[in-house]
Amino acid sequence: MFWNPKMECMPVEEMKKLQYEELKSLVTKLYESNQFYRARMDSKGVKPEDIKCIEDISKLPFMFKQDLRDNYPTKMFSVPNNQIVRYHVSSGTTGKPTLVGYTQKDLGYWTEALARSFTSAGIGPEDTLQVCYGYGLFTGGLGVHYGGEKVGATVLPSGTGNSERQIELMQDLGVTAIACTPSYLIHLLDVAKKMGVDIRKDTKLRKAILGAEPWSENMKKKIESESGIETFDIYGTSEQAGPMFTECECHNGIHIPADIMYVEVIDPETEEILPPGEKGELVVTMLQKEAFPLIRYRIKDITHIITEPCPCGRTSPRIARITGRSDDMLIIRGINVFPSQIEYTLLQIPEVGDQYMIIVTRDGALDNMVIQVEIKPDAFSDNMDDMIKLRRHIESDLKKYLNIAVTVELKEPGELPRFEGKAKRVIDKRVI
Amino acid sequence: MSNIIKQLSIFVNNEPGRLAHISSVLKECNINMRAFNLAESTEFGILRTIVQDPEDGFNKLKTKGIIVKKTDVIGVYMEDTPGALFLAADALGKASINIEYGYAYSYKDKAIFFIRVDDPEKAVEVIKGQGIRLVDDSEI
Repeated sequence: MFWNPKMECMPVEEMKKLQYEELKSLVTKLYESNQFYRARMDSKGVKPEDIKCIEDISKLPFMFKQDLRDNYPTKMFSVPNNQIVRYHVSSGTTGKPTLVGYTQKDLGYWTEALARSFTSAGIGPEDTLQVCYGYGLFTGGLGVHYGGEKVGATVLPSGTGNSERQIELMQDLGVTAIACTPSYLIHLLDVAKKMGVDIRKDTKLRKAILGAEPWSENMKKKIESESGIETFDIYGTSEQAGPMFTECECHNGIHIPADIMYVEVIDPETEEILPPGEKGELVVTMLQKEAFPLIRYRIKDITHIITEPCPCGRTSPRIARITGRSDDMLIIRGINVFPSQIEYTLLQIPEVGDQYMIIVTRDGALDNMVIQVEIKPDAFSDNMDDMIKLRRHIESDLKKYLNIAVTVELKEPGELPRFEGKAKRVIDKRVI
Repeated sequence: MSNIIKQLSIFVNNEPGRLAHISSVLKECNINMRAFNLAESTEFGILRTIVQDPEDGFNKLKTKGIIVKKTDVIGVYMEDTPGALFLAADALGKASINIEYGYAYSYKDKAIFFIRVDDPEKAVEVIKGQGIRLVDDSEI
């Protein structure tokens, strides 16, 4: 089953021509109208007329997350404000978050990508899809929601949390497919067990679209053998639009619709483009993006490209499961967290010294992040209540800024490790 | 001569070996503890102690990098008999003085109750008014 057979099964050479046309017109338009991108191209000495085939994309300069932050909120936008129809906000590395704006067309290709993905995963009008991603500023909930509606599935926008109720609704409404983080699904399976609900017998849940955090073949096997649910890896970040791309029912990589996104994998050190099969850092170009450009964007996810034909008949390239990051970003319960954000927040709190440690563990199925901070000697009080208040104050500042609950531990000066050279402040004990 | 005693409050991480570390520093600094109490939350504790020479102890600990604060407490003499605590606590309660925490020390037939109150000066007056003896800082 295909959602858009013409695009999904287009011969590779024909697709390259289409990609070239899209890229050429995008770059020409941006060079004329987008100050940021014009300056970036000039600094590399490249002009739109240098693009003569899709492979010439390698002549174009890279873009970085820092560029989005530096141009916060809307300096990079290339359409007038009245054409922006939605915003989403994700974590930035420090200070300001990353703002993503969407035109109607941007929402269109996002939903189109999800419609193709869901169809390839066998999800359609007969399905009831429970969306347990966060709705709101995070792209997960609304993105998957509209994708589900597009293919005619019945969407249950249940959001995150309240797990007992999620299981009850799953049973009462005959939910057949779920979209959430893999760790949340494992948590839901635990909750169901405690409630005496047998997922195989007492629910109709058969498919799970899982993403927003790294997971492994081991987790996949564990979920599938314990629950009989077929799992599909989903990929996509807010810069691209949101979660967009999934595996098909053949389960051999995530299909990337080539008319929507152009993928390259580079060696993060030498910036040299790597051939298919070689692991490196993913670089993405959104060929249809309108609100702001995303050309050769260093997304920092580690993967490799798969070009062997897929038995499903789709001609698009695929990417392997994301195996890590080429920066220090952490994903905690599906939310991106940069250690630099934590440092930035702690520096604003006068009672806190300049040493801190971040310890991440997995408690059952859910991530837990503990931030150890050294307090300044003057901040110490003989009154236990004052100390607990100080800890809560730090916790609440971090929560405000990171959008996730963290546990703070107060330490005395000198207690935390000091580093010579590059500091290793993150201890990630999770086994994924 | 004062009935207000300087207690040393010391921050102790709640981890194996930390109290041993603090105690070894106290030993190195030759600080003699006359009474102490340990309060703890999940990740840190506060060691509260009455020492012979609090000024000297405070300075020595500070130079060793220990987080330490001086806190005013009072020491109430009590008969080592049932009901002795009631007399002192009742008097403070009636005077609306709140006891934040306290710890007792008893030796042979005498007992001392060290307490941290929200208004030490007033507490001294109230306790004395009841004819109860207070510890003088020179006695420690």
